[in-house]
Amino acid sequence: MDFISLGTFVQLLVTGISHGCLYGLVALGFVLIYKATEMVNFAQGDIMMWGAFIAFTLASTYGLSYIPVVILTIFVMAMFGLLLERTIIRPMIGEPPFAVLMLTIGLGFVLRAVAGMIWGHDEKEFDTPYSVDPLILGEVSLDYEQLVVVGCTIVLCLGLYVFLRFTRFGVAMQAASQNQLAAAYVGIPVKGVVAITWCLSTAIAAVAALLVAPLQLIYPGIGFVVGIKAFVAAIVGGFGNLSGALIGGICIGIVEQFVGYAFEGAYGETSVYVLLLLMLFVRPQGLIATIQRKKV
Amino acid sequence: MRFVLKTNYAQDINLFLHNGQRFWYGLLIAALILAPFFLENFYIGELTYLFIWVIAGAGLMLLIGYTGLVSMGHAAFMAIGAYAHAVLFKLGVPFLPSLLMAALISGFLGAIIGVAALRMTGIYLAVATISFAFIIEKVISAWRPVTGGHRGFIVPEPVMFGVDFGSDLVFYFLCLVIVVVVMLLVMNLLRSPTGRAMVAVRDSEISAQAMGVNLVQTKTLAFTLSAAFTGLAGALYSHKIGMLFPENFTIFLSIKLLMLVVVGGLGSVHGIVFGAMFISILPQVIAIVRDFLPSWLAYRRGLEPLVFGAILLFFLMYEPLGLYGRWVKIRAYFTQFPLYRKSTFKRQKSYLRTERVH
Amino acid sequence: MSVFEAKEIGVSFGGVRAIHDVSFAVEKGEIFSIMGPNGAGKTTVFNLISRFYDLDQGDLFLNGERISNIPPHEVAARGVARTFQNTELFENETVLQNLLTAHHTHRRTSFLSEMFFFPKVRRQELKFRETVEDIIDLLHLQSYREQRIDALPFGARKIVELGRALCLEPQLLLLDEPSSGLNPEETEDLSFWIEDINEELGVTIIMVEHDMNLLGQVSGRVMALSDGELLTIGTPDEVREHPDVISAYLGE
Repeated sequence: MDFISLGTFVQLLVTGISHGCLYGLVALGFVLIYKATEMVNFAQGDIMMWGAFIAFTLASTYGLSYIPVVILTIFVMAMFGLLLERTIIRPMIGEPPFAVLMLTIGLGFVLRAVAGMIWGHDEKEFDTPYSVDPLILGEVSLDYEQLVVVGCTIVLCLGLYVFLRFTRFGVAMQAASQNQLAAAYVGIPVKGVVAITWCLSTAIAAVAALLVAPLQLIYPGIGFVVGIKAFVAAIVGGFGNLSGALIGGICIGIVEQFVGYAFEGAYGETSVYVLLLLMLFVRPQGLIATIQRKKV
Repeated sequence: MRFVLKTNYAQDINLFLHNGQRFWYGLLIAALILAPFFLENFYIGELTYLFIWVIAGAGLMLLIGYTGLVSMGHAAFMAIGAYAHAVLFKLGVPFLPSLLMAALISGFLGAIIGVAALRMTGIYLAVATISFAFIIEKVISAWRPVTGGHRGFIVPEPVMFGVDFGSDLVFYFLCLVIVVVVMLLVMNLLRSPTGRAMVAVRDSEISAQAMGVNLVQTKTLAFTLSAAFTGLAGALYSHKIGMLFPENFTIFLSIKLLMLVVVGGLGSVHGIVFGAMFISILPQVIAIVRDFLPSWLAYRRGLEPLVFGAILLFFLMYEPLGLYGRWVKIRAYFTQFPLYRKSTFKRQKSYLRTERVH
Repeated sequence: MSVFEAKEIGVSFGGVRAIHDVSFAVEKGEIFSIMGPNGAGKTTVFNLISRFYDLDQGDLFLNGERISNIPPHEVAARGVARTFQNTELFENETVLQNLLTAHHTHRRTSFLSEMFFFPKVRRQELKFRETVEDIIDLLHLQSYREQRIDALPFGARKIVELGRALCLEPQLLLLDEPSSGLNPEETEDLSFWIEDINEELGVTIIMVEHDMNLLGQVSGRVMALSDGELLTIGTPDEVREHPDVISAYLGE
């Protein structure tokens, strides 16, 4: 590796953290679903991609300004989450986790193919009011897009934490995830909880989409790429907890940037997967372990 | 309905339950031997592809259907088999040994992943195998001196002892023999202690251990065998496609293989064949249906993945036992007519209880 | 020499002491029972013996050999079989397959010879089948032989699980609440079977049990646990009347 100047170092660090926050955000979406239902939603990345396209359509075709686009996108996506839950997920409650995993893989394929048919396969650009000249601090130039990603992620995470920890719904969700039958007996509407969890998770995907869209070009395959990395993030962090997902995301975001820099852009993405495999060899339970072995 | 009177323990051990089965399978083999003399070249080629899918499917079924370990990166093992064989063969290794070595190399890499997979289940494993597949794809495209990278790698014509295996007919019979051997190996394995150990691991790891099953050994072995079979299929595949590109072995191929085992019917040997038939016929069906679709839809990119994904959804939601499960139900309907009850095959749902702490 | 011995074993989970300083020894041919209120740590003792949990302190000995840090399947290979409180059968397989699986520790063939199904493998399979059929006869499981586990009622599952443990041909059998979920009639059968298994097959048994009648009928000695601590060891009557045991069950 060549000598890195301090400026480049900080630059890479910030880019890494902002990308990492994105992975963390997407990971947050399916960790939430996993916590509530122990279902694994492999289509989370593709749901995010839909969010990005919806935002793009609202902005370019209907010419809405930024704030309405944000609100509408989140709303539309939350409804989309409800619809998905109602039509595809609810019949699968009580099926083995493997079946749900496969189901969401299939769902991802369908979403990607349909998006490709509707919006085409060429890359689209999405601009925001803060897509302006970067902030220059010495030799470091910081894009506002990146800073917004980091800021939003922090706010969203804190909000989510408070919501799950201190609201009635959060507690109900945890109860439903521990024991569906017992939760139903004490009067928790388990199906409703599952539905709202999906709603919430797709809304988070929408936020992630709104943040990713200005940062990268949008194309149907983006969800899959980001989605897989988000999974890696969640696993590195220790599946099944929110802070782990975020920490994992930031870890791989940084690694990706630095390896990419070292090899002149060639192996950044691959390094993420190598990191995952190494991690699984060394510490398979993730940085923050939550999953315990089955009790007999 | 057929009742088999069992008079001897040996009867349960036999591969075929009764003479009727022996007759039908014999007939099938005979038909497959005679088929190429009556079929056009196109169909011989299609059947050969079918055999290759069956071999790959057998590998994946062993892993997913019988050991309960999900791999979403099996395209990587096909790629390893294909490239290993092509490269070795080009270097002058004779044809059949090169096929075997390709299977061994693939199996060896499978073992390594198997070791990594030891403490993983479900989602962990799925993501780990996807990552592995991405890494292999990258290695193939970056290792240009050996694999040719994106410029492709021309697979030499398979010739050994003066026999040209490249001709459609000879290659057909080669694949037929390999398919039969692989299926026999898999079926033998499943009726002996190793196969039972795999199923035990799938159904309850705790209990399997309490019965003396070595988890480490069983999972690693399952991965090794699975990768070896899939690698062998890849080696044969390399000759069928003639020119290898990294793009031949993407995630889409992995999903196709996954679909093979799910649509065929998890945990059944018949399912392998049904699933293989399904994924070889589906593209043809899509091609035919295309002609009837409105033009704005028909030639859009992504029609095939859309149909694949939708069918996967459909099967998981409505027929999780796959085509084989459907076949069993239809058979039961006719043999028990008019006493068939729909609830015979009612699925048990279980409600979630987690052992997590948080 | 004792068949099995636990010396000052202890384990805690996340700071909670599940088992603390428990010692006991089981003699050959004995039926040794563990009783105690819910949460006393009875099943935990079994999980320690099966090596599903790691000991924090103390040691386990089987025939004088230390087994405190061998992997779980090694414990089974040394002839320790067990059942589970809520049954852990191989749900998608038939009763026959379940029982055959338990012969795994007796297997003498490698996977390669199995793939080619050499005569050696065939002979081994036939031998397994014979012993399995003996167990099926012993426990009257004939009518369930070809049924899948997920179609069986709970009572039958408990018996199948007992049969599966026996197929391992154990020297030490751990039964975790064998009578829970059984009706009185089935419990009666069970007590005869347990005696048969103990006397005719010569299997030493450690049993976690709540049913005091069953305990009194079959058990030699009983160990009472409460909150992970050993209260007393003695005959069923002695233990039943021990003041500590009474106060553990009834509260102070």
